[in-house]
Amino acid sequence: MDLEFNETELAFRDEVRAFMRSELPEDISRKVISGNELTRDDYMRWQAILNAKGWLATTWEEEYGGPGWDAVQRHIFSEESALHGAPRMPPFGLAMMGPVLIKFGTEEQKSTLLPRILDGSDWWCQGFSEPGAGSDLASMKMRAERDGDEYVLNGQKTWTTLGQYANKIFCLVRTASEGKPQASISFLLVDLDTPGVEMRPIRLIDGGYEVNEVFFTDVRVPVENLVGNENEGWTIAKYLLTHERTNIAGVGFSIMDLERYKTLAQEIKRDGMQLSDHPIYAARAAAIEADLEALRITNLRILAETRDGSAGGVGSSMLKLKGTQVRQELQDLYRSAIGPRAATLSSGLSHNEMSVPYDAGQAAQVYFLHRKLSIFGGSNEIQRNIVAKEMFRD
Amino acid sequence: MDFNLSEDHQLLSNTLNRFLGDNYDIEKRNEAGFTAPYHLQDMWNGLAELGVIGALVSEEKGGFGGSAEDISVVFEELGRSLCVEPMLGTLLALRVLSDHGQDERVEQIISGESRAALAVYEPNMSCDLSAMEATAVEQDGVWRLNGRKSAIYGAPGSDFVVVAAKTESGTGLFFLENPVLICAAMVDGGGVADLVMENTAAECLALDAETSLTSALDLGRIALCAEAVGAMSALQDLTVDYLKQRKQFGTTLSSFQALQHRAVNMQIEIEQCRSIVISAVGQFGQPGGERNVSMAKNLIGRAGRLMSEESIQLHGGIGMTWEYPGAHFAKRLVMIDHQLGDQNDHAMRLIATGAKQLVD
Ligand SMILES: Cc1cc2nc3c(=O)[nH]c(=O)nc-3n(C[C@H](O)[C@H](O)[C@H](O)COP(=O)(O)OP(=O)(O)OC[C@H]3O[C@@H](n4cnc5c(N)ncnc54)[C@H](O)[C@@H]3O)c2cc1C
Repeated sequence: MDLEFNETELAFRDEVRAFMRSELPEDISRKVISGNELTRDDYMRWQAILNAKGWLATTWEEEYGGPGWDAVQRHIFSEESALHGAPRMPPFGLAMMGPVLIKFGTEEQKSTLLPRILDGSDWWCQGFSEPGAGSDLASMKMRAERDGDEYVLNGQKTWTTLGQYANKIFCLVRTASEGKPQASISFLLVDLDTPGVEMRPIRLIDGGYEVNEVFFTDVRVPVENLVGNENEGWTIAKYLLTHERTNIAGVGFSIMDLERYKTLAQEIKRDGMQLSDHPIYAARAAAIEADLEALRITNLRILAETRDGSAGGVGSSMLKLKGTQVRQELQDLYRSAIGPRAATLSSGLSHNEMSVPYDAGQAAQVYFLHRKLSIFGGSNEIQRNIVAKEMFRD
Repeated sequence: MDFNLSEDHQLLSNTLNRFLGDNYDIEKRNEAGFTAPYHLQDMWNGLAELGVIGALVSEEKGGFGGSAEDISVVFEELGRSLCVEPMLGTLLALRVLSDHGQDERVEQIISGESRAALAVYEPNMSCDLSAMEATAVEQDGVWRLNGRKSAIYGAPGSDFVVVAAKTESGTGLFFLENPVLICAAMVDGGGVADLVMENTAAECLALDAETSLTSALDLGRIALCAEAVGAMSALQDLTVDYLKQRKQFGTTLSSFQALQHRAVNMQIEIEQCRSIVISAVGQFGQPGGERNVSMAKNLIGRAGRLMSEESIQLHGGIGMTWEYPGAHFAKRLVMIDHQLGDQNDHAMRLIATGAKQLVD
């Protein structure tokens, strides 16, 4: 047994660290660490820096502009990114559309669309979920009727993350009415400025805006925008969702959040007691630290298996479950630690007026927003179903 | 043994329920709660007219109620409607004012003519009065206050603030008219303020009001716990309804046993919360009654988080939207834990006051 990365991997880690220290803009990392919303420009600036280095599309093969990393290198990169407060790049173009095109796209699609993802000309968003189709994605209804060399789209997508920044959407559409629901779904690319597409914001629990509804009324899309064959979209969707699960444990985020909590606990007093000495808070933080260290190792154990090519789907479900639990627990701990003033929205108060070194109201907002972690990307109940199905198989 | 509400309390509860049902609209609430003065003046006037503010003070002190039970009946209804009116701050201020013979001011508040709030907590203080840092000193016949108060509930738009500060004889109470406040909305709506005092002149109401303050704060805690029970029941109704309606995989979510069990756990916690509030109400004012209050606040803090997180989870994405009322109930339930001492502060208070024998 060897818990350590080998020498080449350690050297790679040092290289990534040095890069983060010198290249990551401080105003961006500050926003990431305090949980503030990033603007399109923030993402684009970091994207351009990564692209210049050739480290942007971490899962793509070298011939398409990827860095050619193995699973361990990708892991090291994403952990170091989180630890330094680098933005988590939206996965829709880089981690979803890219790999899908590389595997299922035509030469034409690959050569025109992949470079546009890298240089930021295209911002993709994901049109899978519908009001009636969440966990049960295969029941989606949005129709695409063939009319000459066009499809005519009618229906609605929802929960479209960062659609307000996007110019393109990839959709699952229904292209036949008979047969198994999974066998009549196609994977179609749509320009958001096509007539008949309308995007409306959805305001979330924290008052913020990161998801949308997208309505399609007689939207005409050329048949060349189909990826793969007609009625074979479900296979593509499943392939794409396995990519959604990379770095699913989010260990780097949790390590960073635990550090943030420890700093806070040394700064804040609770009824005359330093929070870091408060028996209940200290015990809770210690328990979370233990969970997190175990998760870090579990993550590496599963990673080591992947490197040998023997990864199980159950592993990623377990990592998602425990990873989101730990992350949500840390958000709760941080919010609780702030005490009475976590209930105050900071909007009316400058930091100075609050006389505290942190954004007190922000902590509660971030906590509520992070409830999403156990809902999207396959809800935690669905992940349990996946693990249970495997455990109880005859 | 009889756990039913008395006829009077049933009437109070029904009247308030009907009034809020007829007049309180969640969308209006969600707008008003986040913009100054962070509540709806019409509603406040209506509540005063109904006698709800008077129900927070005893008859001998100018009100028409004032028992812990009166207060829990009122707040449970406020919680069920997610009412964002500044009732908590008013309760706290009314209790200390009426304890110190401020009859005229009490009368003004009860009639809705003026509004007051109580400034107790500070940046480094969450629950325990002995951690208070603000001071009051008499100079040339004028009392001067120094220090910083925070988490003054309901203060924005109020006419005066009662401030607690350390004096040579204990924790004193001071009366501040037209205070200069730093106002903000709460995360779940409603107004809150900070107050910075630098040699601020104030009228002295009492030099040592610790008993009165502790009792007012404990009643405030009971109020918050009762409010939570009301909010929990409303949220549970929404959640169970949603599970029955929402279909995935060709069947209603309520047919999944894994989800049924989660809803059952929530129901059990609500019953536990209801019981601990009854216990705290029953023991209020008795020797050791503060322990029951802390038990209630501790349990409600834990159960509130569970209810909030589980209701969001069981709704899926919908539970996370601003438009869905459940999301606002969920926020309220978590934020209640941040008010007047959280689950951990009250666990510490329970530890500090020692184990009380269960059987005498
Ligand atoms: C912030 C956010 C961003 C999102 N971004 C995107 C995006 O960019 N693109 C996109 O296409 N989608 C996106 N989604 C949608 C997301 O994938 C869905 O919310 C998710 O699949 C759950 O679906 P639902 O919300 O309809 O909940 P439902 O499927 O209705 O589920 C409700 C509850 O029932 C449980 N449940 C459902 N079925 C079962 C079962 N068989 N057994 C046990 N429990 C079950 C669920 O776990 C959940 O707790 C996003 C969602 C959120 C909240």
